[in-house]
Amino acid sequence: MAGPTYIADDLYELVTVPLDGLSLVYHEPSGATHIVAPPAPEILEALMEGPADATELLRRLHARYEFDGDEVIHVRLGELEEAGLVRRA
Amino acid sequence: MNGGLLVRALRDPASLGPDTDWSGLVSAARAEQLAGTLAMRMAGCDVPPRVAAIFASARRDAAYARTQALWEAEMARRALADLDVPVVLLKGTAFYAADLDACAGRSVGDLDILVPRADIERVEQALLAAGWERLKPADGYDDQYYRQWMHEIAPLIHRTRDRMIDVHHTILPLTARPTPDAESLIADSVELESGLRILAPADIIVHAAAHLIADGDLAGGLRNLWDIDRLLRQFAAADPAFWTTLEERAVRHQLRGAVRRAVRLSHQLYATPVPDGWRAWRPADALFRARLLARNAWGQERRKLLRFAFYVRSHWLRMPPLMLARHLWTKARRGRQPG
Amino acid sequence: MRHRLDIQIGPVAFRIGSAWKAPLDALGRLYAAYPKPADGLADFTVRLEPEKPWRRWLRPSVAIKGDYILPDAAPLALAHGLLAAEMGMNLQMALGQKNYLLLHAATVEKDGRVLIMTGESGAGKSTLAALLGERGWRLMGDEFGLLDMDTGALMPFPRAVSLKNGAIRVMEAEVGADRFGPRLEDTPKGAIRHMRPNDRAIAGMGQGGMPSLLLFPRFGPAEAVRGVGKAEIFMRLTQASTNYVSLGRRGFDALARLVETVPALAIDYPDTDTAVGLVEAFWRERAA
Repeated sequence: MAGPTYIADDLYELVTVPLDGLSLVYHEPSGATHIVAPPAPEILEALMEGPADATELLRRLHARYEFDGDEVIHVRLGELEEAGLVRRA
Repeated sequence: MNGGLLVRALRDPASLGPDTDWSGLVSAARAEQLAGTLAMRMAGCDVPPRVAAIFASARRDAAYARTQALWEAEMARRALADLDVPVVLLKGTAFYAADLDACAGRSVGDLDILVPRADIERVEQALLAAGWERLKPADGYDDQYYRQWMHEIAPLIHRTRDRMIDVHHTILPLTARPTPDAESLIADSVELESGLRILAPADIIVHAAAHLIADGDLAGGLRNLWDIDRLLRQFAAADPAFWTTLEERAVRHQLRGAVRRAVRLSHQLYATPVPDGWRAWRPADALFRARLLARNAWGQERRKLLRFAFYVRSHWLRMPPLMLARHLWTKARRGRQPG
Repeated sequence: MRHRLDIQIGPVAFRIGSAWKAPLDALGRLYAAYPKPADGLADFTVRLEPEKPWRRWLRPSVAIKGDYILPDAAPLALAHGLLAAEMGMNLQMALGQKNYLLLHAATVEKDGRVLIMTGESGAGKSTLAALLGERGWRLMGDEFGLLDMDTGALMPFPRAVSLKNGAIRVMEAEVGADRFGPRLEDTPKGAIRHMRPNDRAIAGMGQGGMPSLLLFPRFGPAEAVRGVGKAEIFMRLTQASTNYVSLGRRGFDALARLVETVPALAIDYPDTDTAVGLVEAFWRERAA
């Protein structure tokens, strides 16, 4: 099921520091720091291309990476939404 | 020294000489939640290096307060976007959202929003679904008290961000004597680019005056009054008819007395330019002024008896005497019960 | 306020007011060798007040107030007034300090480089730092590490070391009696005794240093050394910092840089001598 369309904040609003497998993300609009694990950084990057629903997002992820998190994509998107890193269009 | 030094520093920063009690000024400002405002007002003034560093720190604090306030507003917007309900920002968050002069250096606590009373249940449900939580159980006495008598539902707190949201449906408790026209507050609100709204300028003043004079015990009053000073200056400069409009709105919301008193106090303490006819001093104004200034150079509250009198008054404002008695009785009984 | 004491500790000046003389007398003795703020001004104000007016005399009860206040804080008995003053200073730093990123850590310096010891309360960081401070190291602080966000250096904040329960005996065996404040019994945290940092620590209170090693010490049955993942270090440091969240981008950059550039180890130690030995060994390795 495609579900809602998501938008990620623009690239300039996120400061990302990779640290042994995880990513520190500083989010300018909220002033909040997040520690995110794959596939969250990949999802955020894929959404930088523009708004996408889950179906389109999976297409982009498969095109760029060896991606196998299809079943949990909605859960990951929900987590990113609650953290404020993505929002609904 | 009383709060007078702080007031003078805000009103006329350049007037502070080298023998100013800087530590006293800083402590008083911090106690009144005005440190950021003071720091902005005194930017560029000649102060000792340690004080300059304190002010720089306070300005950074204010920048963070702005980020937090606007982010909370944005998250509330996202949570309520699908409801098709007008969401009106109030107080400090509104000032930041509209970039009003009053936002300079301002600290912000909770997010306060105003929505139509008919939509309050849906709004609360949407917020709960988006990660906010109740502080107390839904059927407790406090919750019931809020729903029946107050102008807001019991505050909610966000479970990960740990920030509170107050959802109002009018600007004074239902048990207060004046009955503001909540519908017109919302109908005349102004839409911002984000889709969130703020009150019309005159209504912002009416709300601030209601909050300062017609509700509460004047704790933090110097900051509320400073808001009013900044707002009045900005709105009056932008609109020659502003004072007429303010009078009309004050009357409509049954808050003429509170608005006029707030304007007089602002003029008296912060030298706000106000027209003739808005200035004539009333005897009780002296008590309000004394209460506002009841702070010493250690940051302590002074004038215990006066503060207590305003505290009693604040309860009186909210409740007819019989209701107050019953409320206190219920609270006392609850306190004595085991568990 | 009836009584007043001003103290400069590292970069921070405190103005402490009290309704009673005794707590400030005790504080003044403990900090007798510290300078008064040169400009007569304060970064923070602490107030020791009676909880209720009559509590100035009747079962005197000290409420900890100041520029920054914890609304539900329980007052202390007057006999623990010195502790109240120390807690008051802690509170101002925890809630009001924004010029430095605060780490809940003990810091010591040797050969111009700084060791940061952090971890849960009760893991013995204060005692370790105090011991190292008597054995050739310079004590910079036992409670708050002050990270300069522009330079990446740690700045000293050498408060009186707050020793609890067993640690009191350890340090009493190490230094002379004139270095201690009174022994306070039955405080909310058990027995407490404050130890004044030595002259070297006080003389060096303006001298910062670049961090060279991050240590997570923990009491354990046997000596052990482990690496720690960088993301985990970052998370533990933010949890241990009272002001990280409010420092925004500046705090993020400074902490990320610290974690990226400074190596970290977790150690288990069965006794303090073992811990001191481990620290000295690591330090020699780092210098090589």
